[in-house]
Amino acid sequence: MAQGATATAETADSRTRYCEETLRLFVIITMIWGIAAFALGVLIAFQLAFPVMNLGFAETTFGRLRPLHTSAAIFGFGGNALIVTSLHVVQRTCKARLVGGEEGAMFLLLGYNAFLLMAGVGYMFGITQSKEYAEPEWFASIWLTIVWVVYLIIFMGTVMKREEPHIYVANWFFLAFIITIAMLHIVNNLAVPVSIYGSFSYSLFSGVQSAIIQWWYGHNAVGFFLTAGFLGMMYYYIPKRAQRPVYSYRLSIIHFWALIFLYIWAGPHHLHYTSLPDWTQTLGMVFSIMLWMPSWGGMINGIMTLSGAWDKLRTDPVLRFLVVSVAFYGIATFEGPVMSIRSVNALSHYTDWTVGHVHSGALGWVAFVTFGALYFLVPYLWNRKELYSLKLVNYHFWIATIGIVLYITAMWISGIMQGLMWRSYDELGFLQYSFVETVEAMHPFYVIRAMGGVLFLIGALMMAYNLVRTIRGDVRQEEAVRPMATATRPAG
Amino acid sequence: MNWHKKIERNVVLLGALTLVTVSIGGIVEIVPTFTIETTVEEVEGVRPYSPLELAGRQVYIQEGCYNCHSQQIRTFRDEVERYGHYSLAAESMYDHPFQWGSKRTGPDLARVGGKFSNEWQIEHLIDPRALVPESIMPAYPHLAARQLNFDAEAHLRANVAVGVPYTDEMVANARADLRAQANPDADHEGLLERYPKVEIDAFTGRAEITQMDALVAYLQILGRMVDFAEYGTEDLIQ
Repeated sequence: MAQGATATAETADSRTRYCEETLRLFVIITMIWGIAAFALGVLIAFQLAFPVMNLGFAETTFGRLRPLHTSAAIFGFGGNALIVTSLHVVQRTCKARLVGGEEGAMFLLLGYNAFLLMAGVGYMFGITQSKEYAEPEWFASIWLTIVWVVYLIIFMGTVMKREEPHIYVANWFFLAFIITIAMLHIVNNLAVPVSIYGSFSYSLFSGVQSAIIQWWYGHNAVGFFLTAGFLGMMYYYIPKRAQRPVYSYRLSIIHFWALIFLYIWAGPHHLHYTSLPDWTQTLGMVFSIMLWMPSWGGMINGIMTLSGAWDKLRTDPVLRFLVVSVAFYGIATFEGPVMSIRSVNALSHYTDWTVGHVHSGALGWVAFVTFGALYFLVPYLWNRKELYSLKLVNYHFWIATIGIVLYITAMWISGIMQGLMWRSYDELGFLQYSFVETVEAMHPFYVIRAMGGVLFLIGALMMAYNLVRTIRGDVRQEEAVRPMATATRPAG
Repeated sequence: MNWHKKIERNVVLLGALTLVTVSIGGIVEIVPTFTIETTVEEVEGVRPYSPLELAGRQVYIQEGCYNCHSQQIRTFRDEVERYGHYSLAAESMYDHPFQWGSKRTGPDLARVGGKFSNEWQIEHLIDPRALVPESIMPAYPHLAARQLNFDAEAHLRANVAVGVPYTDEMVANARADLRAQANPDADHEGLLERYPKVEIDAFTGRAEITQMDALVAYLQILGRMVDFAEYGTEDLIQ
């Protein structure tokens, strides 16, 4: 199974075989979206702590910037990272040149990022469908559909051209991600525009049906965009960086099919105790709990790939990013099923606990695995022997980790506290707190959360600096220059 | 695991089986919500939004209010005491799409209609901290300064296309109804007949209808369409 991942050493010949020019631009734009997303996150986090940070413009109010933050993070940073890694991995593991060549990849780059700009600028001017993670209006949605079909053709076509008899496991996940996102996107965005010259539209679905369809979409944007796609990334870059085969072939088959089958059912756990019928809520809860198993199947397969190479965690901070991301994946996919239990959800829903949960996945899993992949990819794509500074990678790792810990713990406390305050009664049987008292109580945790975000942003800026210096061909002198496999002391 | 060799050697088969696998859950959970009649309760009073309310709903969406305010009261004692009767599916049956939200950074708005005066709503939107010092809500003074740009007739037609039962009469009168709701001196007979319980007021009192007027008209109808004095819990359990 690991034959693709432990591919042999590069030859100059293989360099020219693959389309990798455009991938460089993808890497740069991924990093730019990442920094934009983190900076926006920090800004809106401060807005919740200090309302003056709304800056007095309609365009910069929390309600308009929050979708911009989530879209920049998920679709800007995450999406570009998924496209670049999938195009890299599919060529390498299939030993085939990209269908459509550099031009095809360039169309994806321009087309996808034009979609992001259209959507993002739109939010600031009030153009939105009001569906979380599916805010872009009908014209942007149609454009994305076209880009996505081209993406599917390029990816599937390249797999068809492969010289390897087997399709490597990373590509199963990338393929499932591309196909399922297409299905979700098309169904959830069915709408009738008010005018062909205007931006506003009315969704085909209303009320309870629009709720179930939106969260069928929303939860599987998590399941297939932020999970399946990034598992594809994990299945290539961890074995590659650790120079070990994937732990278990059987496990990868079982958890792949179980994951994609079960995930789709989990959406209704976003709608517990609402007007959605009880039977749907119960199904959503049961499948969310079952989902724990295939999720941990993936985690075990990723982490255990280090069997026999655990020492590399001490010496290679890039591998540490990759492996710790999988650990965060394990944490988030344990917390998720717990929160989907109706009685737990009664407390957690509508509170910051959900926000913290999302960020343990988004920062700990999605961003960390992407950081690891980018630290791997940049020297590779620019033909550099190594990164500018491994020490800086090490600092990035720790500052980002501390940032995440601050973020998650602040949101746990504020979320659980607010949930408990909403439902507490005084000795006379009256509700004990007015709503605004619960808002006031959250203030210190909102400040801590924002500080966590600042740390995470600083880490990303250090990464950008490190990558730029790497691209320029610089190597930091005080760093011991030796192959990772023979390093004998911890870097940094 | 020999059976899997066939699948992982054929990308078309792999893709097709993937599509089948990911379709099942959605079909089982979603299709019945369209076909089972008891999914949406039958209650009196839920009507399509008046043109001005519909315009206000668009302002609500454009400002991203749903990011911080839910419109879905869950079936808990504390929520019912804090916000009012738990939400019915019927109450959002004309919301394309739903505005249930997922986060309460601010309070639930499902039944905010009628709880505060129009003056309070306008003042609060212009400067939330003038009325609620601890509030972290952004200020929306621009809504009172911006003229409403809303082709009521086209919006009603689009709603008809997605299944909202606006009559031909409602569509024909859409523009007049929009103006009449923001003008206390106009003739309101037709408007009130078409849209019972509409909030008629000058709102900000500007010569031209503003986005603020529309938003407040929308907020004031939220949760007021169904008269819960007429229904016991037994009537609502499906």
